[in-house]
Amino acid sequence: MLEIKELNKSFGGLKAISNCSLNVEKGSITGLIGPNGAGKTTLFNLITGFYKPEKGTIRFNGDRIDGLPPHRIFSNKIYRTFQITREFSQMTVLENLMLMPGEQYGEKIWNTWFRPAKVRHQEKGIMEKALEVLDFVELLDLKDEYAGSLSGGQKKLLELARSMMANPEIVLLDEPGAGVNPTLMKKLMGNIRRLRDEKNLTFLLIEHDMDLVMNLCNPVIVMSEGTKLTQGTPEEVKKDKRVLEAYLGGQYR
Amino acid sequence: MEFAGILAYLVSLAIMAGIYAVFCLGLNIQWGYTGLFNIGIAGFFCIGAYTSAMITSPMPTGTYAHYVHQLFGLNLPFVFGLIGAASICGIVAFFIGFATLRLGDDYLAIATLGIAETFRLIFNNEQWLANGPRGLMGLPQPLAGLVDPKNYNYIYLVIVIVILILIYLLIEQAIRSPWGRVLRSIREDEISAAMSGKNVLRFKIQALVFGAMIMGVGGALYAHYTKAISPDVFTPLYGTFIIWVMLMAGGSGNNKGAILGAFLIWGMWIGTKFMTDLLPYTLKARAPYIRFLLIGILLEFILIYRPQGILGEEKKVSKLIE
Repeated sequence: MLEIKELNKSFGGLKAISNCSLNVEKGSITGLIGPNGAGKTTLFNLITGFYKPEKGTIRFNGDRIDGLPPHRIFSNKIYRTFQITREFSQMTVLENLMLMPGEQYGEKIWNTWFRPAKVRHQEKGIMEKALEVLDFVELLDLKDEYAGSLSGGQKKLLELARSMMANPEIVLLDEPGAGVNPTLMKKLMGNIRRLRDEKNLTFLLIEHDMDLVMNLCNPVIVMSEGTKLTQGTPEEVKKDKRVLEAYLGGQYR
Repeated sequence: MEFAGILAYLVSLAIMAGIYAVFCLGLNIQWGYTGLFNIGIAGFFCIGAYTSAMITSPMPTGTYAHYVHQLFGLNLPFVFGLIGAASICGIVAFFIGFATLRLGDDYLAIATLGIAETFRLIFNNEQWLANGPRGLMGLPQPLAGLVDPKNYNYIYLVIVIVILILIYLLIEQAIRSPWGRVLRSIREDEISAAMSGKNVLRFKIQALVFGAMIMGVGGALYAHYTKAISPDVFTPLYGTFIIWVMLMAGGSGNNKGAILGAFLIWGMWIGTKFMTDLLPYTLKARAPYIRFLLIGILLEFILIYRPQGILGEEKKVSKLIE
């Protein structure tokens, strides 16, 4: 569903991504691992339109999306979360979710004045959905709190909830487990799996927590030095000597 | 007699505060909700005032034509002046926004400040446009024939308040809707808003244009109140800085706060005038600067001890359906 072909991106003299090609299958929870500086987050930024690739193509469901601005990528039903959560901190949790659906009538200023009934009707639907999603991630009690006042783990749940509001086909998660305690982590994993099973969502996630990756992801893609090193089931990847070397710096020998 | 004098004074004070409240509401859309650092309010103030002045006044004829030059004089009713002021300000803001809104916060501030000064200097230097530094005088006032001129201010106060309430209601409706929610998300985190599918540049331009249109109305209201305008009114101090202090004091992100701040700070501004009148003779020449100093100190106090202003932003803003 997501096909990346011979992608290149450098920052000054540093080749962050070089000739990287990989595929993400529909309905999978694909893990993206690799040592620091391997280019994982840069790859996310390329997919979501924050950077433009120098060479190569990104196709989503067959259409080229490389070079589109971020809001157009979103309307292609791709959503991402950030390594450090980026909630709208001076807005309530509920408002954070209600923002997400695209193409709301009430986002056009004249509709708010001249078609208030239609806006209100849609707003009601969005609110019901938001409450449902909050119930799903068990943040319902906090709906009227400022998003900025949530704990780190709760913010990760909020990001997941926001992605559910966006109605995407694929969600790119950048270290969903970082800074999350083990109990909350289990909940997060359960939620990701449930979303895949129930809503047929596809996930591509960057993670350093190997427990999470090995339990949740299949396949696992390993990146090193800006390109794909290997891909396989968690077991295959675990046994692969090159992977260990990449992590331990063996490639510099 | 004494009482009537005080009342008339209070009315004139309320008119000016009401006009400033209109500017505060415009700025609140831009800064309070969207986070656009516009310190060129004076530019829209200036354009709004001149536009309405020229739409409503007749082209000078006879001997006057030798002394007063203006680009056009349409002699239309007051309402057209308001609409014209809002439209021209909106169009100007659109082009400014298109050129500058890609800039980061601080750069936008510098750009808007520079643009506002540019407008003022153009009006100051171009005789043919609106009579240069001497400005335009004898501007018409709406419903002026109804009452004795010395009681006219009561009518104008009602006009200002009606327009203020109308603008307030329009903004509230839009801000409490998804439109306002998008603006606030841009204020909070532009990148995250873009990732959430919002066309950030488009919404920023909308906020700048809508805010500027309201400022244009404020400029028009000012022109028809004082009946005379000249470029020296639209300096950064009176046209921009004091409006920022008002919004900060009342509470940015809260429309009631914006109005409250305007009345409060304008009251204080006039109050300091009475205070400086009591100064010894030798210090009197410096009185205006002492007043600026006092207002500056007040702003510092607000920013340190109550940064959210008197009212501050409400926790739940998107409450269209409650």
